[in-house]
Amino acid sequence: MESVLGRYRNLIVLVLVLFAQVLGLAVQVKRGGIASDAQDTRLIRIWAVGALSPFERGVVWIQNSARNVWHNYFYLRGVRAENRQLKEQIEQMRLEQVRLSEDAAQARRLQNLLGFKEQFIAKTVAAQVIGSSGSDLSRIVYIDKGEDRGIKRDMAVITADGIVGKVLLVYPSESQVLLISDQSSGVGAILDKSRLQGVLRGAPNGEVTLERVMSDEQVQPGETVLTSGGDQIFPKGLPIGSVTKVAPGKDLFLNIKIKPATDLSKLEEVLVLVEKQERQAVADVHERVRAADILAQRLPSVPDKPVTDPNAPASGNVANPGAKPGLGPATAGTANAKPATNPNAATKPNIGSATQPTAKSPAVAGQQASGSAALNNAVKTPKPKLVNGSSMQADSAKVQPGPAIVEEKPAAPVSDQPKSQNPTQDTSPQ
Amino acid sequence: MPITYTSNEQVEVYRFSVPVAIGVPLLALFLQAFVPLRFPRFAVYVDLPLLVTIFFAMARRSPIAGLFTGAIIGLAQDMLGHNPIGIYGIAKTVVGYGASSLGVKLDVENAGARFLVTLGFYLIHSAVYFTVARALVNMTQSWSWVHGILAGLVNAFIGVLLYFLLDRFKQRT
Repeated sequence: MESVLGRYRNLIVLVLVLFAQVLGLAVQVKRGGIASDAQDTRLIRIWAVGALSPFERGVVWIQNSARNVWHNYFYLRGVRAENRQLKEQIEQMRLEQVRLSEDAAQARRLQNLLGFKEQFIAKTVAAQVIGSSGSDLSRIVYIDKGEDRGIKRDMAVITADGIVGKVLLVYPSESQVLLISDQSSGVGAILDKSRLQGVLRGAPNGEVTLERVMSDEQVQPGETVLTSGGDQIFPKGLPIGSVTKVAPGKDLFLNIKIKPATDLSKLEEVLVLVEKQERQAVADVHERVRAADILAQRLPSVPDKPVTDPNAPASGNVANPGAKPGLGPATAGTANAKPATNPNAATKPNIGSATQPTAKSPAVAGQQASGSAALNNAVKTPKPKLVNGSSMQADSAKVQPGPAIVEEKPAAPVSDQPKSQNPTQDTSPQ
Repeated sequence: MPITYTSNEQVEVYRFSVPVAIGVPLLALFLQAFVPLRFPRFAVYVDLPLLVTIFFAMARRSPIAGLFTGAIIGLAQDMLGHNPIGIYGIAKTVVGYGASSLGVKLDVENAGARFLVTLGFYLIHSAVYFTVARALVNMTQSWSWVHGILAGLVNAFIGVLLYFLLDRFKQRT
């Protein structure tokens, strides 16, 4: 007996070690399905990740530092030209934003009528990708934020381009993210134009396919795919990718290949959706601002005379101190028409602030002097109130080009406002 | 001076210092997890932990040491993924046992032998992984000979270079 054991010692040890591992696998495998639930083996995974992540963090930090030094201090060729292009692009996008906000407002009104509830992204945490599984059979990445930053299991992970995956495991200071290209992943998806719903799944070769779309439906390559919100992980309407190939599949379903909007193989920074809000869509009750109005606002115009309270004394103080001034070239008035502004209030020149749904009562700080009738129709222009018989006075330092619609702040006590203003100061915008 | 050994009596067994025995597999795991972030194809074609397993198993020339080396490296690799722990462990245990058993009987010091051994063990590793993943874990897997041979050749080429680098850490017993 001893001689047999001695002779086959190596083989016996091999069988025992293999048996132990098979037994371990059997424990992990759930009832017939793929044991992707790594929660059971969390502790030993923490050890492995804890051993490697400091090195990964270190290398990522060194990489980023070197890249930042190079790009921020040395490689600045073409920055001026790029800056100019970006400014032009911002101008175009502002106009586009106004148009889109109109569409959004209309959509909200319709949703309100139908009683829809929407999920809004309330809070995100930015994270750096620091590692991967190192295997094409397990498509996951590690990020450098964990429990300590409020990250929990099944939170959605996205980039500016589209969705990335979901949080699978959370460690104290790292998290494991399952990519949408993994074969155990599943995302509720909807085709943008045809509104057909399906399930997005990863394939063993890393491709992403849309399943559960009937073969008698018409799906065109190039169509955009969005999240449907049905998985309760991703909010509805986030971009997933676009259709690249449509072919007949098995069981009366189409085989639709999707190209993810995010390049999953080159992830560096991601956002984790740590908080979502579900709320009833609220119709936008704001006054309409059209793109044409914004254009008109930027055109040269003849200023109107300021509207003042005839009962007010001439000397004075700042009017309507709570309102933020938002004076554009066409709205700031002239030396005679000095709009009332709070000297401490910063002017918000961007259109975005003017059209945000949160700006419940857009106020115009100062008299609208635009010659554009459209602008006057579009924007309510409350008359500046005179406080303590003050004459209107603008803080010329705060006057900047831009639209006149600003978000109103709660009015501060009058006594807190600065009283001395140079009455002879010309506040006309240059 | 490379020596050709053809029998158990002539086989020279090597050992490694503790930092090398721990540090090299850890470095291989780290690179395997980190490099694909910059070069995504790396994870598809290269398996550094497998190459390290083969090297240590062949150098130690002890089947038991080889299978334990493979089991530990494989299990550590499993822990970095989200699949059940043990799939890589089983595959690399088999490879570690086989490589050390082969190292006892064959000359595995020259580049040609190392190339072929690595190519062969890569295919064995893939086959064991495929079998375990499909049969025991019910994972969806597809076998591709083209991919297997191509990745085997890539691993064999990298392995030959890596083994010559790691030869510097060998210590004679």
